[in-house]
Amino acid sequence: MSLTPDEVKAVAHLARLALDDADVPRYATELSSILQLVDELEKAPTDNVSPMAHPLDLSQRLREDQVTETDQRELFQEIAPSTGDGHYLVPPVIE
Amino acid sequence: MSMQGWEVVIGLEVHVQLKTRSKIFSGAATAYGAEANTQACAIDLGMPGVLPVLNREAVRMAARFGLAIDAEIAPRSVFARKHYFYPDLPKGYQISQYELPIVGKGHLEITLEDGSARSIGVTRAHLEEDAGKSVHEGFGKASGIDLNRAGTPLIEVVSEPEMRSAKEAVAYLKKLHSLVRYLEICDGNMQEGSFRCDANVSVRPAGSSEFGTRTETKNLNSFRFVEKAINFEIERQIDVLESGGKVVQETRLYNPDTGETRTMRSKEEANDYRYFPDPDLLPVELDAAFLDVLRAELPELPDAKAARFQSEYGLSAEDAAVLTASRELADYFEAAASRVKDAKLAANWVLSELGGYLNRDDLEITESPISSDALAGLLARIEDNTISGKIAKEVFEAMWSGEGDADTVIEARGLKQITDAGAIARIVEEVIAANAGQVEQYRAGKEKVFGFFVGQVMKATQGKANPAEVNRLLKEKLQG
Repeated sequence: MSLTPDEVKAVAHLARLALDDADVPRYATELSSILQLVDELEKAPTDNVSPMAHPLDLSQRLREDQVTETDQRELFQEIAPSTGDGHYLVPPVIE
Repeated sequence: MSMQGWEVVIGLEVHVQLKTRSKIFSGAATAYGAEANTQACAIDLGMPGVLPVLNREAVRMAARFGLAIDAEIAPRSVFARKHYFYPDLPKGYQISQYELPIVGKGHLEITLEDGSARSIGVTRAHLEEDAGKSVHEGFGKASGIDLNRAGTPLIEVVSEPEMRSAKEAVAYLKKLHSLVRYLEICDGNMQEGSFRCDANVSVRPAGSSEFGTRTETKNLNSFRFVEKAINFEIERQIDVLESGGKVVQETRLYNPDTGETRTMRSKEEANDYRYFPDPDLLPVELDAAFLDVLRAELPELPDAKAARFQSEYGLSAEDAAVLTASRELADYFEAAASRVKDAKLAANWVLSELGGYLNRDDLEITESPISSDALAGLLARIEDNTISGKIAKEVFEAMWSGEGDADTVIEARGLKQITDAGAIARIVEEVIAANAGQVEQYRAGKEKVFGFFVGQVMKATQGKANPAEVNRLLKEKLQG
């Protein structure tokens, strides 16, 4: 499988990565070779193998439903670029 | 525009907020209405290096829901990351479930207005975390982000596309709403967003087996809006198709002020969520013993309760359905019914008088100023003939406005019914003596005049005469 320049741009956009147009052909080649490796893997016989959701062969530990966190808003908002009235401020979001 | 020749296909996705104390993956509180960002901890904010740990209660509630809709509970379910960028989603992904949700196929029974019943399939229900909230007003040119809601546990309940009208969709939604409150897994508050619905709507030529292109309408926070938005969308799509156009697959937003839906996200930004299993979380495994305990703990559910109300109390299917719509109302009725001889009398009073007052004052059954005990006390006075049903309404009104229990009101207002036959007979005789003309008419065969005499006796006794006794004595004395 080989990626087109447009597909590379679409993938970059999905990940919000800025990509120089000049770099697109190189990424197309490199990403395509990764996909070729996946194609190779697809050939492995997996009929009797169940899909693995996690490399550790364990199940999720559960915690009790208790409130253990306290309000640390001031601490967290120290590193925010912009806050107001307890909110994190961001460029306007219009739907 | 007519719907002639078209078939409507509706599927609903409902986000049910689970009423745990803490979040699904963190120990931050979930209480509604706290000051912005005071209940958002490092995990909810997606700070580097944090690890989500799953809340046992959220798992228990989701499984409890699955059992109640007769669904298969996955012995092993997996959390996945759903990626999209939005300011109220700090991590850049939502932890959800994709290929292996905790609840599989189930079903809900709905009853339509004409009394007919249908079973609507539930495709799946999966556990996920809620996002934060964006506030678009009050911050000048910026938007404000409140992450208190981020990480609140949800189950997203996805129906099969099996509903064929807005009314069916509302019936399904109401049933689901009733069920999650019976199960005590959600407070059901639609205004506060605890129970949110997205509607997938499409139309196709009647008889066609292929689905038409669907739209997804969001922001439906009341049953009325769901019905209006779906009907608007049905008409819009039929208009588009009948004028030779094509329905565009898109997300639309309902505007309650105009009753219309409008495009929210365009197709160019079609979602590509890039799901993959979340490496921070291990598969959730539930064993049979855990599920057996949950099954044993299930309360009596609305359908079973309605059936029992019919057989045990002799109620009609319709009355039983209304009384069991909420667990609180059903409990109120049963508490009152258990203290009187005639359960139907209790049902009638709960549905008509009490229901009317609650509606008028916009109160929930749990806020009723008249307790089930107090209502039973009033009904007992009807049953022992202390007061008539008519006078009881006056007593009810006085009780509602805080004048005390039934006996106090009856005593204070001197409403005790006159049952003494001698006393009533004297009044009946007086009325007959004073209205010779009407007596003539009655005896000449004009039986309608009988009502006049009843009225006169009631007037003379301020309505306190036992109606049955008045009828009996009047008939007897008017015979002459």
